Amino acid sequence: MNTVILKIASRYVRGLLIIFAVIALLRGHNFPGGGFIGGLLAGLSVAFKGYTFGIAYLKKHMSIMPEWFIISGLVMILFSAIPAFLNKTGFMTGEWYKITLPLAGELKLGTPLIFDFGIFLAIIGITIIFLFSLTEKE
Amino acid sequence: MTAVALPILIPFVLIISLLFVKSVRWARVIAIAGSTVLLCVSVYLFIRLGSEKVITLNAGGWPSPAGITLVVDYLSALMLITASVLLLTISIYSVRFLSVSFDRPKFYLFFFSLAMGLNGSFITGDVFNLYVWFEVMLMSSFVLIAMGSRKEQLEGSIKYLALNLTGSMLFLAGIGLLYGKTGTLNMAHLAEILKNDDQAMLMNTTAMLFFVAFGIKAALFPLFFWLPASYHTPDITVTSLFAGLLTKVGVYAFIRFFTLFFVQDQVFWHNLLLITAGFTMLTGGMSASAHYETRRILSYHIISQIGYMVMGLGIFTPLALAGAIFFTIHNMIAKTNTFLISGIISKMKGTFYLKDIGGLYKQNPFLAVLFIIPAFALAGIPPLSGFFGKFMLIKAGLEDKHYVITTVAVFTGILTLYSMIKIWNEAFLKKQPDNAFNQSGKIKTGFIEVLPSVILGLVSILMGLFAATVFQYTLEAANQLIDPTIYIEKVLHTLKQ
Amino acid sequence: METLLAILVGILYTAGFYMLLRRSILKFIIGIIFLSNATNLLVFLSAGLVAGSPAFIKDGNMQAEKTADPLPQALVLTAIVIGLGILVFTLALKYKYFEVTGTDDLDQLKKTDD
Repeated sequence: MNTVILKIASRYVRGLLIIFAVIALLRGHNFPGGGFIGGLLAGLSVAFKGYTFGIAYLKKHMSIMPEWFIISGLVMILFSAIPAFLNKTGFMTGEWYKITLPLAGELKLGTPLIFDFGIFLAIIGITIIFLFSLTEKE
Repeated sequence: MTAVALPILIPFVLIISLLFVKSVRWARVIAIAGSTVLLCVSVYLFIRLGSEKVITLNAGGWPSPAGITLVVDYLSALMLITASVLLLTISIYSVRFLSVSFDRPKFYLFFFSLAMGLNGSFITGDVFNLYVWFEVMLMSSFVLIAMGSRKEQLEGSIKYLALNLTGSMLFLAGIGLLYGKTGTLNMAHLAEILKNDDQAMLMNTTAMLFFVAFGIKAALFPLFFWLPASYHTPDITVTSLFAGLLTKVGVYAFIRFFTLFFVQDQVFWHNLLLITAGFTMLTGGMSASAHYETRRILSYHIISQIGYMVMGLGIFTPLALAGAIFFTIHNMIAKTNTFLISGIISKMKGTFYLKDIGGLYKQNPFLAVLFIIPAFALAGIPPLSGFFGKFMLIKAGLEDKHYVITTVAVFTGILTLYSMIKIWNEAFLKKQPDNAFNQSGKIKTGFIEVLPSVILGLVSILMGLFAATVFQYTLEAANQLIDPTIYIEKVLHTLKQ
Repeated sequence: METLLAILVGILYTAGFYMLLRRSILKFIIGIIFLSNATNLLVFLSAGLVAGSPAFIKDGNMQAEKTADPLPQALVLTAIVIGLGILVFTLALKYKYFEVTGTDDLDQLKKTDD
C-alpha cells in the first residue's frame, strides 16, 4: 500500500503502539497486561511498518535480527531465575527489591519484571518471525 | 530440593547456548555433553530417592495445591534415566546419520526442546502443567518431523499434526471439566479429593476425555493411525527419537492418571484398558508381519508393544505394574536400538525395503550381532531384557485370571518373533538381490556409527542379566503407584514439616 | 449466560469437527481454530462466570465471594498462547506443502499410508 497518508500516520501510530506496549508491560504484574500482551503490541507496531512499506523493505532495513530478540528474551528469563537460585528460596520464586528514586518515589523492582521483560522481547521476535515466514515471498 | 528442576533447566540452558552456535561441530559437542549432564542429574535424583522416596519442589515458592509442584518418584526417575540414555545415544548417532540437508544446529535446538518437554512431563505434579509440557514436546516434534520438507514428509507431518492436535484439544477440555468438578489441578490434591467423593462415578466422562487424549498420544488401538502414516517419513535420527520417547509419554500419563486419581470405577476402566490393550497388540503385531519396509515394520511394533504396557496397567496388581514399567524401559531402549540399526542398514544399502537388501551377515557380521540383541530382546528370548518384562506381565495375568489377554500377549510375542526373523532373514541371511540399489560395502561401520547401538545393546543385556535388581526398583515404583499415600503426603504437606 | 455459552461451545465443537473432515487443508485449519476456541471457552467456563468483578483484589479488600476465580483465566491465557503457536505452525506447514505440491486437497495425501 503506497499511500502518503498511511505512511505518515503509521509513524505516529507506531510510536503510540510502542508506548502502549511498554505501559502494558509495566503494569502487568497486578493488573491486566504483562509481557505477552506488551510483546504482541510492540510486534504489531513492527507489523504495521511492514504493511506500510512492504515486508521486503522491512527485511532489508531490520537493524536487529528477530532471532536476537528471542535469544535476549530467553537469556533474561534465565537470569530472572538466578536470584531465587542463590537465595535458596525455591525454583523461580519472585524476589522483590525496593528502590527509592529521587522523582518517582518508591519503586518496586523484582525478578517477575525481568521475567516479563524477557517474555516481551521473545514475543516481539516471534511475531516478526511469524510475519516474515507467513507473508508472500518476493 | 532445587535439583528437581534441573531436568527442565538444563535443556533450557542448552537451547539458549545452541541459539548462539552456528557451526555443526560445536552443536554436536554441546548436544553430547548436555545429554551426558542430563543423564548424571537423573541418576543423582534416582540415588536421592533411596532415602527420600518422593522428592518434591514447589516452583515459585507457592505452597502446594496452589502452585505447581514438581515431583520425582520412582516411576518418574526411572523414565528420566531411560530417556536421558536415549537422548545421549541419539545425539551420538546424529553425528554421522543426521541428514546433511538439515539445518543441523537447529535440529539440536528442537532436540533439546523436545527433551525439555519430555522431562517436564515426567516430573510435573500438576495436570495443566503436564498439558503445557505435552505441548512443548508436541511443538518441537512438529518442527522435527517437518524438517527437511520433502514432499512425503510434509504429508506425514500433516497427518501427525491433525490427530495429535485433536488429542491436545481433548486433553485441555478434560482439564477444564476436571477443574470444574474438583476445583484443583494438583495431582495429589485431586487424588485426595476424589478418594472421598461418593459421586466419583461422575468422573467417568472426564476420564474418558483423558483416555482418548492419551490414547492418541500413546497410539492405542482405534487411535493409532497417525503413527504408521508418519513415522517412516522423516530422517531416521528423528524417527528413532520419536520411536523411543513420544508414545511412551502417553503411556506414562496413562499410568500416572489411572493409578493416582481415576481409580473410582476400577472395573470399567480396567476392562476397557485390557480390551484396547488386546486389540492394540493384535493389530500392531499383525500389521507388522504384513510389511516389508523396516521402518514400517518397526512402527507397527511400537503400537503392538504399547499394548503390553497398557495391559500391565489394566491388570493392576503390583507385579503387573512393575512388569509394565520394566517392559516400558526395555522397550524404549530396544526399540530405539532397532531403529538405529535400520538406519545403519539403509545407509549401507541405500534403501529401507527388505526386498532390495540382503547378504548383510557376510558383509558385516558385527552389525548382525548388534541387530540380533535388540531383535531378540523385543521378541522376548530369555537372557535379554524383553523376556523378563513379558514374563512378569504374563505371570501377573495368569495370577489374576485374565486368561484371554494373556493368550493374546503370548500370541503377539510369536508375531513379534516372526517379523524380527523376517528382517533377519531378508536383510542378513538372504543373498543380495541384483538390482539398482546394489551399493554394498560402500560405507564402513566405524566406531562412532556403531557406538550408540553398542551402548543400547549393552543396556539390554545388562537389564536381562541384572533383571532382579531392576525388577526391585520397578516393583518399588509399582508399590508407590498402587498405594500413593507417600506421594500425596509429600506433595501436600511438605511445608508443614 | 453459562447455558448460552455452553451451547456455543457445543456449536463450535460441531463446526470444528465438521471442518476437520473437509477435504481442503485450509478448511481443516479453520476447524482447528474452531476446536481450540471451543476448548478455551470450555476451560474458561469451568469455574463459572462471576459477572462484574475481576480476579484481582486490592490489598485488604477481601470479599471472597465477589471475585472471579483467577486460575481458569490464567489457564485460558496459556492455552491461547499455545494455540497461537500451533496455528501459525500449521499455517506455515500448509504454505510449505502448497509450495511443494501445489495442491490443497487432502485426498492427495494418500502416499504415506498403505
